[in-house]
Amino acid sequence: MSADAAVKYVTEIPEDEVKRVAEWINTEEYKEKNFARQALVINPPHACQPLGAELAAHGFEGTLPFVHGSQGCASYYRSTLNRHFREPAPAVSDSMTEDGAVFGGQNNLHEALENAYTMYKPKMMAIFTSCMPEIIGDDLTAFIKNAKNKECVPADFPLPFANTPSFNGSHIHGYDAMLLSILQTLTEGKQVEGRCTGKLNLIPGFDANTGNYREYKRILKEFGIPYTLLADISETFDSPLDGTYRTYPGGTSLDEAADSVNGKATLTLGPYATAKTFTWIKDNFSGKHVSLPIPFGVVKTDALLLKLSELFGKPVPESLKAERGRAVDAITDAHQYIHGKKFALYGDPDYLMGYVSFLLEVGARPYHILCSKGTKKVEKELQALLDSSQDGKDGKIYINKDLWHMRSLLMTDPVDAMIGDTHGKFAARDANIPLFRFGFPNFDRVNLHRYPLVGYQGVINMMTTICNKFIEVRDETCEERYFEMMR
Amino acid sequence: MRQIAIYGKGGIGKSTTTQNTVAGLASMGKKVMIVGCDPKADSTRLILHAKAQSTVMDLVRELGTVEDLELEDVLKVGYGDVKCVESGGPEPGVGCAGRGVITAINFLEENGAYTPDLDFVFYDVLGDVVCGGFAMPIREGKAEEIYIVCSGEMMAMYAANNIAKGILKYASSGKVRLGGLICNARKTDKEYELIDALAKKLGTQMIHFVPRDNQVQRAELRRMTVIEYSPEHPQAEEYRTLARKIADNKMLVVPTPLEMEELEDLLMEFGIMEAEDETIVGVAEAAAR
Repeated sequence: MSADAAVKYVTEIPEDEVKRVAEWINTEEYKEKNFARQALVINPPHACQPLGAELAAHGFEGTLPFVHGSQGCASYYRSTLNRHFREPAPAVSDSMTEDGAVFGGQNNLHEALENAYTMYKPKMMAIFTSCMPEIIGDDLTAFIKNAKNKECVPADFPLPFANTPSFNGSHIHGYDAMLLSILQTLTEGKQVEGRCTGKLNLIPGFDANTGNYREYKRILKEFGIPYTLLADISETFDSPLDGTYRTYPGGTSLDEAADSVNGKATLTLGPYATAKTFTWIKDNFSGKHVSLPIPFGVVKTDALLLKLSELFGKPVPESLKAERGRAVDAITDAHQYIHGKKFALYGDPDYLMGYVSFLLEVGARPYHILCSKGTKKVEKELQALLDSSQDGKDGKIYINKDLWHMRSLLMTDPVDAMIGDTHGKFAARDANIPLFRFGFPNFDRVNLHRYPLVGYQGVINMMTTICNKFIEVRDETCEERYFEMMR
Repeated sequence: MRQIAIYGKGGIGKSTTTQNTVAGLASMGKKVMIVGCDPKADSTRLILHAKAQSTVMDLVRELGTVEDLELEDVLKVGYGDVKCVESGGPEPGVGCAGRGVITAINFLEENGAYTPDLDFVFYDVLGDVVCGGFAMPIREGKAEEIYIVCSGEMMAMYAANNIAKGILKYASSGKVRLGGLICNARKTDKEYELIDALAKKLGTQMIHFVPRDNQVQRAELRRMTVIEYSPEHPQAEEYRTLARKIADNKMLVVPTPLEMEELEDLLMEFGIMEAEDETIVGVAEAAAR
């Protein structure tokens, strides 16, 4: 800081002290202090419930996500989705302020419903809450009933709603709660005895990779299995740029979603992100109900295809078998660049399970595995995965820890690379390792959400991205200037 | 399963009345659960013979999260197989007790505390419906019956009327109804007649007049209900009668709360309050001489 700066530090910190502390935070001693920390969370890799709720809402046709609560909160969810997808995320808020906090938010809700209905002409508004109405105990059931009695919206207009307190759970729980309410609202009274749509209801769970959705659709098309995606965000957040702005560019049709209750089978691929929804579906939807882990890697993709084949009595198509062969070839061609490499991983439970099983099958070592919002069940399932392979034997699981803990791990017990989202970039830089942005949100790399991670195509994509990066790092850092032409 | 919420002015004897009534129902073979919705957490001590049950929020405070909490840690079984849960809450003066009630009830729902074998669930709720959190027990799908504990004291009647206003608000959008006033007698003048008249004005009934008896205190010293301590005592019979009346009650109404003037008229009618004399308002004793 220059001598004539207007603002001066209260205490001048000598340069060598800054250096000492910078080195100290990389030590084992500091790591122990860091892991003893209880009162503070630093950079946790999860977002809040309403953000997940908004993603679920965007997956339905003509649906306007509606935040009952403060405006700033609504901006956060919108801008996070908007920065990740680089697409607009239209949503409204009823803008509760000081008076709403004191008197309750019913008036805000009613006025906003009327305005939003008139101005944005949605087919459905999916209501979820920010912290404030949750703390003061706003009774959404009563408020919404009153809104219909007052004719803020027509009596038959669908208004699913979810209580999504930000201070509880994470974005996956909000996703689950909103999806559940939307399905409950749309399917009410739609179950017909003896009717079967012949379709598969596919529930991807909280997944912010539009490529994954397209991959699921492609696989089902190859099989010739008719399907309903619950909920489909692929068009909403990956719509063609043709000069026309559309408020509601995509999403699962409401009629189709309503008829999903009469489906032939329902399959969730995000068991953690759809736990409550799936429990309800088991009791209320016709047909078979199956839960599988997200299909990252060959083994889990195989499991998905075999299950589809079994449910619909159709053989696995030759085209997909060929694809499997190509994925295996891609692994074989590149495995020497990933074999034995140690990885640090963090993210949502469903994605973490996927990373671990993919890495194990290509001979890499999942080493530091961190989930900032997880239960004992998550830990147990991850441990079982690690135990299934020799390469998992020295992997350690850290539940309810944050990315500042992760930094200590990276500095004291180094790894070769990290898989996560943008929030890990500073720790990765300090540790001088590559960060693969397979998770959510990704604010600082472009177009990644268009590259699927699921299925055999996902195997090829992950393998290619990871191995080429390792080769690149070696090319850039090897001491010999005239290094190998071929690697 | 019938879900019942008990409200009333602070200190009026809600917890004592609730536990004795519940013990009465239990002695009749009914399956009951009590959910204490008060940070003071004294809604279950007579059933459990405990000083203080560890509450949902106590354990949440310890574990740092509600997710790792198990139902068996907070649900205790006491006299007559009555299931007991206390929501608990923050220390006085900090945090948000209302949110504590919401968290606790959500936890109970999600973890299957409301088993189909239950005949009754009683919510013993702090003083007044002061905020959305304390109205949680009367939201849609929860308690549909409310009883207000009151006495012939003026402030208890004011409070009862205010609670009736709260119920009216929820009754207009939901199924919650007022089942009656329970008079927990303080031996004030014309108490029976007064509360009976107030109940009629509110459109409801005085479901029972519980006379004052020191046997209640003797039982409380032993952390017991009268029903359990001295089942043969006449006071135990009073609570059994109240329990029976609640079990058989069919009179569930949307209350008609009184305007302040009406309430004061009622008090004057019974000679509790003197006719309004504006010349004495705001005049100190010394100045009046």
